[in-house]
Amino acid sequence: MSAAFLYALVGMGLFSLGVYALIVHAHLLRKILAINVMGSGIFLVLVALARRTGEAQPDAVPHAMVITGIVVAISATALALTLMLKLAAETGCAELPDEKRE
Amino acid sequence: MDRNRWLVLPLILALAVGLGYAVLSLPERTDGLQKMVADKMEVSGVSNPVTAVLLNFRGYDTLLEMVVLLLALLGVWSLGGAALHREAAPGPVLDTLARLLVPVLILVAAYLLWVGAHAPGGAFQAGSVLGAAGVLLLLVGWRLRPGLTAWPLRLILVAGPGAFVIMAIFTLLIERQLLEYPPAQAGALILLLETAATLSIGVTLAALFLGERPQDKGSK
Repeated sequence: MSAAFLYALVGMGLFSLGVYALIVHAHLLRKILAINVMGSGIFLVLVALARRTGEAQPDAVPHAMVITGIVVAISATALALTLMLKLAAETGCAELPDEKRE
Repeated sequence: MDRNRWLVLPLILALAVGLGYAVLSLPERTDGLQKMVADKMEVSGVSNPVTAVLLNFRGYDTLLEMVVLLLALLGVWSLGGAALHREAAPGPVLDTLARLLVPVLILVAAYLLWVGAHAPGGAFQAGSVLGAAGVLLLLVGWRLRPGLTAWPLRLILVAGPGAFVIMAIFTLLIERQLLEYPPAQAGALILLLETAATLSIGVTLAALFLGERPQDKGSK
């Protein structure tokens, strides 16, 4: 097993951790952070698996996807944070309403 | 909550094991698309494969990503932003740091933009550094002059996607395909697109950090 697979497995671990946090935590800030952790895991997998060419030059296509992905993830996070702040200002609580608990 | 946690944990573990198995079952050696990229490098106009993929081979994707960035900012602005930036005088450390770092960051952004043609770097990295400089400026209370917040700011925001769209129409009319540059001028055209994209990305990121739409009172 090469180092690329080790990094890819860590990336998948990060992704699973993010999914867990996304489901378990009710606070929206934690959910947004969880989605970011999931995204970071995916980026790590893409970058790691691009190294499998066996040459000095890794596969450039996944790298290009990750570079744009990082910037797009930042802007999506900013939009999500603004939505969260608006919700918190409106309801006084940064959590989605849960019918079962009420 | 606690019962939920014990219900979710085995499911997530199963997901992790499944994903791990999927990763390990991939072939140990594969060329992916690297061979195709390497074969076409001479006509791409640049010598850095990542820049060639971003701006030339998959220019269409990058065009759409610039639009996504702009849409995110429009979303934040249409929500009215969030006025959580308390106006407070920055401490002397932050003030000095911003004065020292912002010129360096702008220089680094320009270098990254230029070096992207043949080494790691390019529009997205340079734009991120420029965005960081903008965030630093916003933190010390710097704001755009009111006269610049109306159309000059918007012009820079749409410069990146706009340049891409104009280039797409231009190449469609003159050349054969959408965003297919003539090989002789490809390098210069890519630098032109990247410069516009860098400015747009940097200003968009800083504007996203500020949140609220710059009104007549003026902000970046």
